[in-house]
Amino acid sequence: MRVTVRLFARLRDIAGAGELQREAPGGATVGAVWAGLVAEYPELSPYEKSISCAVNADYSRFTAAVADGDEVAFLPPVSGG
Amino acid sequence: MVPLTAITTAPLDTEALVCALDTTGIGAVTTFIGLVRDHNLGRRVLHLEYEAYEALAVKGLDRIVSESLEQWPAVRVAIHHRIGRMEIGEASVAIAAASPHRADAFAASRYAIERIKQIVPIWKHEYFEGGDVWIEGATADPDNTEARSQALKIACA
Repeated sequence: MRVTVRLFARLRDIAGAGELQREAPGGATVGAVWAGLVAEYPELSPYEKSISCAVNADYSRFTAAVADGDEVAFLPPVSGG
Repeated sequence: MVPLTAITTAPLDTEALVCALDTTGIGAVTTFIGLVRDHNLGRRVLHLEYEAYEALAVKGLDRIVSESLEQWPAVRVAIHHRIGRMEIGEASVAIAAASPHRADAFAASRYAIERIKQIVPIWKHEYFEGGDVWIEGATADPDNTEARSQALKIACA
């Protein structure tokens, strides 16, 4: 299946793009999508413990399963205001 | 009609934000405006660029409005956050809170800005004299009840 990955702020800088299309095996979790990204961009790895994730623009968990066509977003610590 | 919550690239209009609130039975309105400051952690700041995950950020603002309503049923809150490049002194966030009595309007306003910093997916890219850096604050988790209690405690201090 295919998912759209969204990256923001420093994560976007590291990957060099804010939006990526990636293949994931059926039943893959958000965590598996993240692991795939870290393999591709090792510089992302220090963010493992501080990021949040969202699926289709709702906060989610790394253990959540993703489906074909989902938008999976990874969010570094926020700094609005 | 001005929406109660918005992420926008346009300069913020606090008066319009206040007008978005229903003031039936209201005796007090507070407004909070966050500005781009010329210094941060000993650095001379030149300008900021804000980025958001817009779809989720608007939901985050909506969530803060409903949390406020849960806490202060008579209070009405509106929040607009600007994104894109902003110069020193420009408004990045505006909050209006209306209440029958002033105490709850002040508290709800403070609560809203604390929660924005906790759960709304917006990021500051700081351009300072000598470089630039992404500011990273809180790991966003709306279900973290401890963070929510902390925001409430600060609001009611």
